[in-house]
Amino acid sequence: MTFSVTDIGAVLPEILIAVYACAILLIEPFLPKDRREILAYFGLAALGLAFIATWQLLWADLTVLNGMFVLDPFGNFFKLLLYVAAIMTILLSMGYLRRERIDLGEYYAFILLAICGMMIMVSGSDLVTVFLGLELMSITFYILVGFKRFEEKSLEASAKYFILGSFSSGILLFGISLLYGLSGTTNLEAVALHLRGADPGNPAWVLAVILLVAGFGFKIAAVPFHMWAPDVYEGAPTPVTAFLSVGSKAASFAVFLRVFMEALGGIHADWRFLLILLSVITIVMGSVVALVQTNIKRMLAYSGIAHSGYALIGLLVGDRLGIFSLMLYMPIYAVMTLGAFGVVTLLRRGGVEGDAIDDFAGLAKKNRLAALAMLIFMFSLAGIPPTAGFIAKFYIFMAAVNVHLTWLAVLGVIFTAVSAYFYLKVVMVMYMKEPDEEVHLAAPPAVVMVLAVAAVAVLLLGIYPGPFLDYAQNAALKIR
Amino acid sequence: MIPLSSYLAVSSVLFVTGLIGVLIRRNFIIILMSVEIMLNAANLNLVAFSSYLDSMAGQIVALFIIAIAAGEAAVGLAIIIVVFRGRIATNVDQINLLRW
Repeated sequence: MTFSVTDIGAVLPEILIAVYACAILLIEPFLPKDRREILAYFGLAALGLAFIATWQLLWADLTVLNGMFVLDPFGNFFKLLLYVAAIMTILLSMGYLRRERIDLGEYYAFILLAICGMMIMVSGSDLVTVFLGLELMSITFYILVGFKRFEEKSLEASAKYFILGSFSSGILLFGISLLYGLSGTTNLEAVALHLRGADPGNPAWVLAVILLVAGFGFKIAAVPFHMWAPDVYEGAPTPVTAFLSVGSKAASFAVFLRVFMEALGGIHADWRFLLILLSVITIVMGSVVALVQTNIKRMLAYSGIAHSGYALIGLLVGDRLGIFSLMLYMPIYAVMTLGAFGVVTLLRRGGVEGDAIDDFAGLAKKNRLAALAMLIFMFSLAGIPPTAGFIAKFYIFMAAVNVHLTWLAVLGVIFTAVSAYFYLKVVMVMYMKEPDEEVHLAAPPAVVMVLAVAAVAVLLLGIYPGPFLDYAQNAALKIR
Repeated sequence: MIPLSSYLAVSSVLFVTGLIGVLIRRNFIIILMSVEIMLNAANLNLVAFSSYLDSMAGQIVALFIIAIAAGEAAVGLAIIIVVFRGRIATNVDQINLLRW
């Protein structure tokens, strides 16, 4: 057992976030009810400090805490993305919580704990750390999803997410236990070393891989493990939905990639077929079922499922370009989805949530800037140039063609065209339909800021992606 | 000494019991119990492998899992209580507002 001060330095961002989360829980009871907003700034400060700490260690590459935790550019890339997503979520939440009368301080503590779990996930180099991070994230999200505790929909979403989430954790854990039995270790690198001498045809290996794919498949909402996503997305408070669809998906993809490339990279040819199958049905189901949705949050849920399918292509290709294209996909998906959910939070009026697609009718007249931002996000989700969504899909399909999976790329392009229908329908409703009432929707400055940043990011990454591509390329996971 | 295969047989039976329980039972509390059975099947696996392979890691992981399972059960029961207070339902098919 060795332990040194550098180990602390490497996990400093996680420690910071966890300490701030606990501090928020302790301070909350002593604050008068109308001063709770301070805690949001507290959370923002924690994320800002963690951002700086990670930025300082951006290109470090070390394994600490007896091989349990790895600090590498790949993990840091995802951590920066998670910080940005969490900051945007908190900014979206402040006004929303007040309007829904659920402005409790715990909310911000849970957001911080969730992101802490995600950070442990993306940096875990041992199946134990990976699982602990995943559970920290999931358990916090069960609570966050049910945060509107006076609303049946939210509670129901929480109950469903809890059942399916803990079910998938059980499956994943059984896979981990088999992997441990087969290789005698839970360390990812040691598993890979062991795998070199093992017989990959052993049915126990096959079962372990299938269970791991099912466990991670639940977290990224890949078909056929996607049933929870639409219900949970619809019922959860909108900022939580945004954070869930972005943060949890990005972190799960990062850990999926790390486990399958680092530990199981040696049997890539064996699990590739499974993932191709998963990716194809995910793309098809996600795009087709989204066509008939009338609720914008459900529509975005199915769109998120389809996007998981595209991102899976990057994972199953598994070479440098594949990993790079997946890493590019996640932040781009994150900004456009966060932006879209940000617009949804604006639509609330009176006692109505305003999450039906019809509620977008005449948004262009009610609030011209919000409609413009939504237009940009929808174009980007549909993958229309010159938005970032186009760049993301372009590299994914290029990675597929590069390893002679041209048919998969063609299928992806076809279903991108299908998905354009339901994205552009929202645009059509916003611009072509007359609003049912003449009201001007006011937007809180924090939300305006988030929308502006997201919209500019989407356009900038679409028009001038060069520096960002370089960064992602340098940060891509090193394959052994 | 009991051979490893017996442990694995028991843990597989436990895992499948839990799996089927989650899929077919409609009572929320029984589903929660089934999930716990699945986690404990994995625990049994870990401990059996740990003794068989003479490596401590498995037992330590099992301790972590027990703690996680406790946390999960606490949150799960809290959710059940809130749902139950809202309306008299502990059966999952009565929780059906959200549907595609």
